[in-house]
Parts: sequence; C-alpha cells; structure tokens
Amino acid sequence: MSDAMVPAATEPPVPAPAAAPAPQAASAARRAEPLGPGWPTIAAKEFADHVLSARFYVLLVILGVAALIPLYFAADQIRSAASQVSGASAVFLFLFTVGPPNISLLRVDQFVGIAAPLLGVAFAFDAINGERHEGTLPRLLSQPIHRDDVINGKFVAGLAVIAIVLAAVIGIISGFGLLRLGIVPASGEVVRIVGWYLLTVLYVALWLAFGMLLSVVIQRAATSALIGLGVWLFVAVPIFGQLIVSIVGSFVAPGGSSATDILSAASAQQFLLRLLPSTLYSEASIVLLDPSVTSVSTPTLGQYIQAQQQVPPLLSLDQSLLLVWPHIVALLALTVLCFALAYIAFMRQEVRA
Amino acid sequence: MTVRRRPPGGPPRLGARDPGTAQRRPGPARREAVTRKHERGSLIPPPPDLGSGGAPLPISTRGLTKRYGELVAVDSLDLDVVPGEIFGLLGQNGAGKTTTILMLLGLTEPTRGWARVAGFDPTRQPLEVKRRVGYLPDAVGFYGAMTGRANLRYTARLNRLARAESEPRINEVLEQVGMANRADDRVETYSRGMLQRLGIADALLKDPTVLILDEPTTAIDPIGVVEILELLRRLATERGLAILLSSHLLSQVQSVCDRVGIFAAGRLIGVGTVPELATRFGESDDVIEVGLDLGPDSLGDPSKLTAALGRIAGVTKVVAGERVGDPFLVRAESGTGPRVRAAILALAAKGRLPLTSVREVVPSLDDIYRRALEQRGLASHGQVAA
Repeated sequence: MSDAMVPAATEPPVPAPAAAPAPQAASAARRAEPLGPGWPTIAAKEFADHVLSARFYVLLVILGVAALIPLYFAADQIRSAASQVSGASAVFLFLFTVGPPNISLLRVDQFVGIAAPLLGVAFAFDAINGERHEGTLPRLLSQPIHRDDVINGKFVAGLAVIAIVLAAVIGIISGFGLLRLGIVPASGEVVRIVGWYLLTVLYVALWLAFGMLLSVVIQRAATSALIGLGVWLFVAVPIFGQLIVSIVGSFVAPGGSSATDILSAASAQQFLLRLLPSTLYSEASIVLLDPSVTSVSTPTLGQYIQAQQQVPPLLSLDQSLLLVWPHIVALLALTVLCFALAYIAFMRQEVRA
Repeated sequence: MTVRRRPPGGPPRLGARDPGTAQRRPGPARREAVTRKHERGSLIPPPPDLGSGGAPLPISTRGLTKRYGELVAVDSLDLDVVPGEIFGLLGQNGAGKTTTILMLLGLTEPTRGWARVAGFDPTRQPLEVKRRVGYLPDAVGFYGAMTGRANLRYTARLNRLARAESEPRINEVLEQVGMANRADDRVETYSRGMLQRLGIADALLKDPTVLILDEPTTAIDPIGVVEILELLRRLATERGLAILLSSHLLSQVQSVCDRVGIFAAGRLIGVGTVPELATRFGESDDVIEVGLDLGPDSLGDPSKLTAALGRIAGVTKVVAGERVGDPFLVRAESGTGPRVRAAILALAAKGRLPLTSVREVVPSLDDIYRRALEQRGLASHGQVAA
C-alpha cells in the first residue's frame, strides 16, 4: 500500500480526520503545553480525604480533650495565683505551662507533646501501603506525574491538616484565656506561642515522616500502624520513655551517695533522654513557653549553688531561642532524615510488590 | 527476531502504515550508549531520532530486557505496534507480560535495550509517555470511599484537564464503557467487572494515542466482554488508537486482535496474525469435523462409515465419535482440506453418508499456544489457563 492512497491517514496522532472528533485536536494542543507540578493535585485530594475521614474526627476529639482537661486545672491555678503574681510577666503563657501540682502530665504543653505524635503517625501510616492495598498505586503512577509527587503531596497534605488542627486547639485555649479569665497576652507572649506552635508542627512533621517511612517499607497498613503505635508509646509517652532510660542509665552511670555522683548520674540520664526526640521537643517547648527557664542541662554542683543564690532572671525570646537552637536543629535533622529514607525507599520500590 | 511487518492478511486499516519505511530508520546515526550496549551482547539497532521525519510508531522496542537478579523477566523483546492496530500479548502468568508493560510506561527501568512509546523514551521522558498512554493495570483499583465519577475527576486533574473540558469527557467515557448509571455510587459497592470497566474509562479519559490494557477482560461477564472488545475495535478503527493488550484468556483475544505475540518465559516465541501462527505452530494435517446421524434407521454402522470416509483421497486417519452423536474427526494431508470436504459432501449427496454437518476445524489460539510452548520445550508447568 503506498502512502499516496491514504495521505492524511498517515499522520498520527490524528490518523483519520473525518473520524477524529474535536477533543482529539484539543488534547493534541494540550499536550504541546508543558505540565505543571503534580503534587498540589495529590495534596488537595489527600487533604480532602483526611478532613472527611473518621480518623480526623477521632483525633480531633482526642486532642481537644487533651487540651481542655489541663486547661481546666490551669485556669484554677491561674485564678488563685493571679492576685499574687499581678504584674508578673507571662501570665498568659501559664495557660499552657501550668497544671495541677504534682501531676506534670496534666499540662497543655505536655499533653500536646504526647498527642501530637499520634496525629503524625495516624495521618501517614497507610499513605503508601494503603494505595498498594487498594490497587490504586499503579494507576496513580501511570498518570503524568513524577513518582515523588505522590509522597511529597501526601506529606504536605498531612502536615497541613495537622497544622490546622493544632492552630485551632491553640486558638481555643487562647480564646478561653481571653474571655473566661480575662488575661490578655503581651506581644512577646504571642510571639512565644507562635514559636511554640511552629516547634510543635516541626515535631509532628517528624512523626509524619516516620509514619510515611513505615508506610513505604512495611507492606501491610495494620502492621505499620502497630509499629507506629509501639514507637509512640516508648518514645513520646514520658512514663515509658523515662522508664527505659532510667534502666539503661543505671547501668551506664550507677548513682552514688555523694552530690557529685548524683549529678553525674543525672547528666548521664539526661544525655540518654536527649537521644529521644520527645525530650528534645519537651525541653525546647518549655524553654519557649516559660521565660524563667534559663537552662536545659543538669547544672554542675557549682552552677547549682550559684543559681540558688541568684534571683531567677527572665529570658528574652532570642535568648530562649538560643538556648534551644540545638534542639530545633536536631529535630529538623531527624525529620529530614526520616523523610529522605521514605523518599529513597519509595523511589527505588517496584510498582508491583 | 524482528517483527516489523503489517499483518499481511489483515484488512487495511485507517492510519495503519508500514513501519518498515526507510525514513524512520536513522541508519548510521547511532548514539554512544547504544553502541556500548552492542559490544556486550547481540546487536541492538539504535532508537530512531525524533527529528528523523515521519510520525513515530506508537510502540517500538528493540532488545528490551529486564532482569531481576538471576531471573530474566523479559528477554530481548523486539516489538512494533502500528496505529490502528490491536496487538495481543499472550502468555501464562509470570511470562513477562506485565513487566513489559511497566517498562513501556517507564514504571520500571529496562536492564538492556530500548523502548519508544509515541516516540518518547519511557525511561527519560516518562511524563511525555504517560500523557499519551492510557493504562489499565492488572487488578485495577480505585478509591473505595469515592464515587466512580470522583475517581475519574481525580484522574482528570492529574492529567491537568480543565474542568470545562473534563466533565463532558468523563460523561463520554462513562457512557462508552456502560457505567454511566452507576457512576455516582461509591466504588466500594462495585463488582470486579465494574471496576474493570471503570478502569477502561479511566484509561480513555486522557484521550490517549496509545492504550495499554493488562488483562482487560478477566473479570467481565461474557456479554460485557463482547461490548468491551467492540469498543476497543471501534477506538482502533475510528480514532487510529494503537492498543496493546495482554491476556491469558486466549479465546477472547483471538477475536479482536489484529496480531498476537506469544510470550513464554520472557521471550516472544511467535508473532503474527492468528492464521499465520496456526500455519507456523498448528497441526500439519487439516482436520474436518463430520457430524453423522447414527440413529436406528441409519445407513450403516460406525465402522463402515469410518471405512467409507477413510477411502477418500488425502485422508490419513478417521476417528469415530466416542458416543452416539459425537462428530467424526477426519484428518487429511495439509492443504487437502477443502477437497476432502467436497468429497464428503459428494458422498452424502449420493446417499451413502447420513451427514448432518461438516466443518473444517480452525485451530484455536489455545491449541496454537500449547503447541508453540511444546515446540520450544517450555510447556513445563502444565496447561494454559483458558
């Protein structure tokens, strides 16, 4: 058959002009245009999925309760203390850092520190293996998007949802303070709260990246959820984390009777605790929220005695930031590491399991 | 093994063009990477340059190879699919069909050789390939909590279709696959066959120039299969789509494919139209099925009839039906089939055979497939799923 017999028919992608409808011409024109990035589409879909999902509401309730119970105690404390501390700075921040005496767990900052990682894991543990399980991954990857658009989009969506939830919780607490207690934050306090919020989002991002890593590496969503919960229990819940650390610590630096021995055992324990991101977060968090905290390390004996004799100073925000800068950098590095591992594992994985 | 030819017996199709024309062969212009590959193994011709004139073939591969460690999943695949053609990739599970498809889409990288899809390299320009290729994966899945329509909208957005353009398009493809009435139900209420229909709609949504379907008819009911295959035929003929489909349901594929490639243990062991393959891998004898009425008032007993049939010139063997009513099988020397059939009819006309039917047996794709595997010594694990 010579080409002359079917001249027009030899020009794909529109081989038969009579039969080719208008959409084909339109799609040919569209294909000439460069493609925009693919991750916003995926992020938008994932965001909508999250917000409409049952797990979103369950976690909202958990976090809400987690914030409101301590708030009740904090309000109690603030009311009774307000008369004495009138004129003292940072009363507004007490909303976040004060709880019933002797129960350190019932403080907003502590509670958020425990609940927020759960949010991170919950929104990521089935990100990739869920798609695999539903059989949607090959179809998704055969669309004109890069493979990393999938993991980037899902990460952004998870982080956005969590950031919004956290902002809402902080907003509710602040509103409660303003309306019911009638305390008004100073500008410095607002900046500190925003700083604490950003720190918390970073901390959640770490757990989100960790959940993402689990969802890439582990084939079954149920298994990755269980592993995520286990790690959360031993790392983010202080009782369990400190239990392990104190056991390990007692082997590394057994305490003695002298003050030096006790202090060295304490600093050994602190070093071990600092290997946990939860410690990094809670230390950074209390420094940011409480201007009177001037040190995050166990003092030497001399420093301790010196501190006893001084009037405790209040740190400015930049001084506080300087104190916890290493913590923030370490958290950031851990987040990047987790996400990078998840990213690389996903890029190297076969589409078929 | 080179497969660059049109089906000689096939009907001339709109948009079908001879892939062997010299203009697309770049000749001496080869790239370094390809030359290096040459040194390692068999000769792989270089991929055609995009600028070499002429429209690129929808699918073209040379020496395409994928290894997983020791296992060779796909071994030196040479394949061409022309516009308007439906090409069937046949093989058992694990024969390398899906791996081939994933390499064509750039979802997995070939170890050796090259592939070009719509003129693009799937490894280097996966996005350009994926913009033009509609893909139905094996065991396709959708987001269960979303409706079928919402799932298609997501695909449309991933393809950067404008909403004004995508809504009518979604209605069109839903109509085409017969899913318009269920489009607004949640996908988790769908049956397997409905998922597959939605999968085909999903693949058609981006208005592709190439359609790659992995086991498109596995879960669909027989009537649905006919509808889907008719749709595919129409798309190939009217829009000049090139369609590559893989299947292990050989009898279904037989009816719709212009050409088929038989895949076994990662190798393409035969390519051509079904009649071509029948000649190559079919039986050497022609086989004629003869229905005879052996009722009480019949003209004779089976042994006499067998003898009568056996006397016809060219007949090598006659096998009587096992039970009353079963047809007799008459084997004749290759090429004598029509003559033998005429002789049988002549006998019947003379009143010497109680003939009820006579039919030449066309070997089915299943037979061809089994025999092809036997000839290559690959039929190690039993029967072909059919």
